[in-house]
Amino acid sequence: MTKMLTDARSIRIKGRSFLAVVLAPDLPFDDWLVRLDDLAARSAGFFLGRPVVLDVTDLPIDRAQLKDLIAELAGRNVNIMGIEGGRPSILGPGMPPALKGGRPVSDEAVTKEPIIELRNGEPKPVAPEVRSALQSMVIREPVRSGQSVIFPEGDVTIIGSVASGAEIIAGGSVHIYGTLRGRAMAGSLGNASARIFCRKLEAELVAIDGIYKMAEDMAPGLRGQSVQLWLEGDSIIAEKLI
Amino acid sequence: MGKVIVVTSGKGGVGKTTSTAALGAALAQRNERVVVVDFDVGLRNLDLVMGAERRVVYDLINVIQGEAKLSQALIRDKRLETLFLLPASQTRDKDNLTPEGVERVITELKRVFDWVICDSPAGIESGATLAMRHADMAVVVTNPEVSSVRDSDRIIGLLDSKTMKAERGERMEKHLLLTRYDANRAERGDMLKVEDVLEILSIPLLGIIPESMDVLRASNIGSPVTLADARSAPAMAYFDAARRLAGEVLPITIPGEKRGIFGKIFARRAA
Repeated sequence: MTKMLTDARSIRIKGRSFLAVVLAPDLPFDDWLVRLDDLAARSAGFFLGRPVVLDVTDLPIDRAQLKDLIAELAGRNVNIMGIEGGRPSILGPGMPPALKGGRPVSDEAVTKEPIIELRNGEPKPVAPEVRSALQSMVIREPVRSGQSVIFPEGDVTIIGSVASGAEIIAGGSVHIYGTLRGRAMAGSLGNASARIFCRKLEAELVAIDGIYKMAEDMAPGLRGQSVQLWLEGDSIIAEKLI
Repeated sequence: MGKVIVVTSGKGGVGKTTSTAALGAALAQRNERVVVVDFDVGLRNLDLVMGAERRVVYDLINVIQGEAKLSQALIRDKRLETLFLLPASQTRDKDNLTPEGVERVITELKRVFDWVICDSPAGIESGATLAMRHADMAVVVTNPEVSSVRDSDRIIGLLDSKTMKAERGERMEKHLLLTRYDANRAERGDMLKVEDVLEILSIPLLGIIPESMDVLRASNIGSPVTLADARSAPAMAYFDAARRLAGEVLPITIPGEKRGIFGKIFARRAA
């Protein structure tokens, strides 16, 4: 924990999640491409400027076939940002990187936007993005059972307790100046350096960057203590705060 | 303008109706005009605890639906001049409780009474949210056990978000009434301690009502415990709570700290 650093400035690595359209082609590809063209004809610009992930799970194809498919799609302005479920043998240099750990979202979230665009005829004005260096949310009262605090933009600080059955979901770290009885999830958009701090640990569940720990997996000696939790590799480390 | 209090808890069976009746009778004995309103449509009990079950002609739903005037539905207590009951309907559907109707009735009651005490149904459905909607302050009834405490915590969250006061950006005044408290069981760890409950809920304490047979006995004879036996331990605790509601500052005593006859009865029952 107290390692000397050569330079006080650290390299900033950030996690961010994006919504991607996943295309799962089936064999034979020719037929599938015809159906894709039909879809593209009905809603023009569906794939324009959209990140697309190709799901080739369980497809018995080889590297050449995959390469051809990617070329076919590129010809239709469908740019593949990653390949999901591809065996290492069919992937290679010059191909989009392999992706894993994708989480499904509702179909509505994916299709809603282009439909609105089509009806309006012109794209919605995009609000200029204002981003401060780091955002934080401060809650000055207890978070009650049944309440959720969701703040993907940064850190959440609670001056009070988090009740059993309440949850805090932060893109950054979670600081609780009270007892954590509910759930706390830090780094929810993929931020492995996020931490959870609480004055008294009685949590039902803690999670950092999607890796979670239930109450029964926590060391009994930490219960009721001031604790900080962070991620080392794929495991959550907890330590008493003095 | 009178004050509207909601007596609520989330969980059922913790003593909302008993506390509504006891606090109402205690306030009325201070010569203040009090109405207790039963919001538990379909499962009404407040009329029984108040001993007025045979005198119900019209009810809250009748008033809301315009089938009766408010003055026709109000039942005056036989023992206390200034205590009134507005009963719930036992037969009607609870969907008849409309937000507009409730608002009209509460506004009218506020004009006439010093205290409007709303007995909320259990749960977090529309009946409970309507009962709390127009309240100026809330009495959260909690038993010293984990499920009741968590449900109360949930209700406090709703009080801070679903009420008119919260929507206007004001703070809802909330008070904790700890009922069925048994000092011996708390000491043995069978029950949560007062400080644990306060730590979890973090709202000010209105009073601690000891677990007592007097409460059940009073309910069975159809009388608020503060009327049936004003000298009993729970009645005295309710009187103190009522004085605190009216703004007096009194030290809180934890029942059972000094063991009297009360303690002996308990010791025997536990054995």
